[in-house]
Amino acid sequence: MDLTYVPLYAILVSLVAVIPILLSSNRPNLREFWTILAAVIKFGLVLTLLPSAVRGETIVFDIIEIAPNVPLQLTADPFGVFFAVIASGLWIFTSFYSIGYMRGAGEKKQTRYFASFAVCLSSTIGIAFSGNLLTFVIFYEILTLATYPLVIHKENKEAIAGGRQYLAYTLTAGLMLVAAAALTYYLTGTMDFTPGGVFGGLDISAPMMLIVFLLFLGGVGVKAGIMPIHSWLPTAMVAPTPVSALLHAVAVVKSGVFGVIRVVGFIFGSEAMTAYSLNEILIVIAGITILCASLLAFRQDNLKRRLAYSTVGHLSYIVLGAALITPLGMTGGIMHIAAHATMKITLFFCAGAIYVNLHKQDISDLNGIAKVMPWTMGAFVVGSMGLAGIPPLNGFVSKWYLAIGSLEGGMLIPVLILVISGLLNVGYFFPIIWRAYFKKGGPELEKYGEASPFMVVPIMVTAALSVIFGLFPDLFFNFYELASNISNSIFNGGM
Amino acid sequence: MIETHLPAIISLNFLVFSVIIPLFGVWKRELCQPLASLGTGISSVFSVYGFIYYLNDIPLRYLFGGWEPPVGIEFVYDGLSAFVIMVINVIAFFVLIHSRQVAVNEFPHKQMAYYSVAMLLMLGFNGMVLTGDLFNLFVFLEIASLSMYALIAIGDRAAPFSAFRYLIIGTTGGTLYLLGVGFLYTVTGTLNIIDMAPMLPEFAGNTAVITAVVLMVVGIGTKAALFPMHGWLPDSYTYAASSSSALIAPIGTKVAAYVLIRIMLYLFGIELIDLVVPISYIVGLLACIGILYGSIMAIAQNEMKRMLAYSSISQIGYIIMGISLANPYGFIGALLHILNHAVMKACLFMVAANLRQKEGHSDITRFDHSYRRKYPWTMFSFATAAISMVGLPPLAGFFSKWYLVLGTVEADNWLFLAVILVSSLLNAVYFFRVLEKVYMKNPDADEQIPDHVGEKDEVPPSMLYSTSILAVGLFLIGIFNVAIVTVIMNMIPSGF
Repeated sequence: MDLTYVPLYAILVSLVAVIPILLSSNRPNLREFWTILAAVIKFGLVLTLLPSAVRGETIVFDIIEIAPNVPLQLTADPFGVFFAVIASGLWIFTSFYSIGYMRGAGEKKQTRYFASFAVCLSSTIGIAFSGNLLTFVIFYEILTLATYPLVIHKENKEAIAGGRQYLAYTLTAGLMLVAAAALTYYLTGTMDFTPGGVFGGLDISAPMMLIVFLLFLGGVGVKAGIMPIHSWLPTAMVAPTPVSALLHAVAVVKSGVFGVIRVVGFIFGSEAMTAYSLNEILIVIAGITILCASLLAFRQDNLKRRLAYSTVGHLSYIVLGAALITPLGMTGGIMHIAAHATMKITLFFCAGAIYVNLHKQDISDLNGIAKVMPWTMGAFVVGSMGLAGIPPLNGFVSKWYLAIGSLEGGMLIPVLILVISGLLNVGYFFPIIWRAYFKKGGPELEKYGEASPFMVVPIMVTAALSVIFGLFPDLFFNFYELASNISNSIFNGGM
Repeated sequence: MIETHLPAIISLNFLVFSVIIPLFGVWKRELCQPLASLGTGISSVFSVYGFIYYLNDIPLRYLFGGWEPPVGIEFVYDGLSAFVIMVINVIAFFVLIHSRQVAVNEFPHKQMAYYSVAMLLMLGFNGMVLTGDLFNLFVFLEIASLSMYALIAIGDRAAPFSAFRYLIIGTTGGTLYLLGVGFLYTVTGTLNIIDMAPMLPEFAGNTAVITAVVLMVVGIGTKAALFPMHGWLPDSYTYAASSSSALIAPIGTKVAAYVLIRIMLYLFGIELIDLVVPISYIVGLLACIGILYGSIMAIAQNEMKRMLAYSSISQIGYIIMGISLANPYGFIGALLHILNHAVMKACLFMVAANLRQKEGHSDITRFDHSYRRKYPWTMFSFATAAISMVGLPPLAGFFSKWYLVLGTVEADNWLFLAVILVSSLLNAVYFFRVLEKVYMKNPDADEQIPDHVGEKDEVPPSMLYSTSILAVGLFLIGIFNVAIVTVIMNMIPSGF
């Protein structure tokens, strides 16, 4: 089967779906049918790319020349497919969940919501399959734009302020990325993502390298939520919960960390990273972010904000994995993209289910809710323990590789950071679980039951996935094999 | 056969129509607009045809009546002039189509004069672009300027005053240019650009030549609204009739920028320009200040047309900065931005005109979320053009910015790079401010106001189609920019 066009189709399918979604704005069921259909087709298309990716093959397709000698290039390499599988797979669950949430919460302008969501997914898959920096920038900016209507969905003061902050951060980041891409093109003559980097063996002055690196870091780092440029992320939690779930746990922030790994592994490469001590900068930033974000998470009483800070911390696990510049560290970082995605989406789904069902957003109000929503809270326990890195959940696997990776690089401090952060994770998740299970709730809880099946089923599935992938990382999608392939290709210059 | 006469046909066609329009206009006033559109349409078709026909050809030197220069008048039809001619004529065509209802609404009794003068304006612009003679350029510059003063004076009560102000400043600029041409003539003894160019290196360092460069750059800079000679622009664009500002804003300053390219890069060449004083760098710095100044002032405006006017000052800065970089990427960026900005600004001014037509004002503070219901396509066009102005892919604006960024990187000019990036953010501020108003319910507003107010109530088709076609054009230019860039690359002047 000829797979050349599949990446393009995978991008287009949700973009095309926007048209029927907009046209059937008066018939919600039909509209949602289009969303689900697009999600399933997209996932199917991405899956057809999986076998060749596991074999380490790369499918390259130039859509059009977008600048002289620079094609708008789609490259389905193992890393791209890995990310695309996660994003498109979780979109299906989010679509079902969105239906339950948006109807349950009685949100307005659902057509705009579902249309923007579809565009977001197109651009996320575009980011995954970007073969060069310019293509990446283009999809990255489209993602920014398409997310904006979702962030401001509620159209109240808070949402508008959040939207402005989001735009201010991400547009600045986009511009830095443009500058970084231009500099890369000027210095190396290419913008292609090449395993092992394009900066190797070039004689470039250290300040120049530092500037390029910092521009890149600003460009992809904003979406990756590294400190101190993370603060848009908690603010953007004003968006409806499925948006927070998919976009701020999977699509947007993961595009950021995906970008970090692309930049570190496919633009700079291990040689340039260590030669100019750029990896040390990244390790320090990631370490500080992990610890600070975990500590800040304690202070948040709003459940979604606490989750947001947790996201900030966990994204830096992935950044740390890239920064270690060791094969196992990189493997761990890449694995954590998948691990964090399934777990964090579970947690956000839970938060949303609680909000729609009980209209509660604050942790201090969650007393005794496990009695009312046993399934949801059960999933919450799985997700939060996974994030804390407790075996056999999938957060443990990635963390294990991260720890081994840092030892492999002869570094102890990252291991220490990981351990402390694990404890902090337990620390900020445990009060929620404790309140839900062991504190007595108010009498008003009795009239409520579990949330709608549209929400509970996706929650259960993603929670189950967290367990399954913890036990068998290679089941279904060969996540481990892919991750170690990718990291091999980065460090051994090809397969 | 017709190909060899294209330069004359394209430009003189406007002269013919400027006479025909009053003749028919006296009989029936309604005929003015269709005739003007027809005239511009004919020239547009020929300029597109000529652009394609002469794509890979050597420059065509057209001698009027077969008289050789210095006696005769010469038009030079090369890649650069063919490109710019095509851009301005096609944009003018859409603007004139669009102007039908605006004219009826805003200046019903002055239509005949308006359209006739508009044809003269186009004649002036076309002449400026095509001529191969520095003095002729001045003549066409004055034709265009005088028509511009007249067009601007048709408008609000404040319009004649702003036109008068422009007249004073513009005439000063024109005179400075003429003075510069005089200096060059005394030194070289010719006025023909192609003849003069090879002679100038002999006079490198000659005080008269240096003075001439400065005078000409300042003079044309005034016409291009280069900071700090921009003072005439905001008032003129704001108070002129909507169709006048839509006609002048996208192409007026571009033609001046084109003349700047001709003078700086083709006539003198960048080495000669920078021999004694780093003129190109100074011009670039002024462009930078203009970019930032225009963007910041645009943020402070509440009147949409005024905001767009300040935005024009900023955008012309991009073009002039690209010229001043004097490297291939800067040149590509500048020329691509001439096209992109012409399309974007025309589209945006048309949106302003549409709103004035329907709402009677274009005051941003009074915009509300009913517009997205009432004028979906107008607002879609606005959003597209605005996002393109901010420079987000895959719209056209992103790509001119991309080439400009590459140009600054290649020139190692970090200051200019920073200015481009900061200005993009400032653009985002003033455009998203409007988008927020239009697409979002005002959170301070009375809760009782329903979410969906107003029924679809779009402007008439002539306005709607021209606005939306330009907006869609921005997508196409963006995605297929390589086709244009390849053409531009053939025009890159030697010596880069």
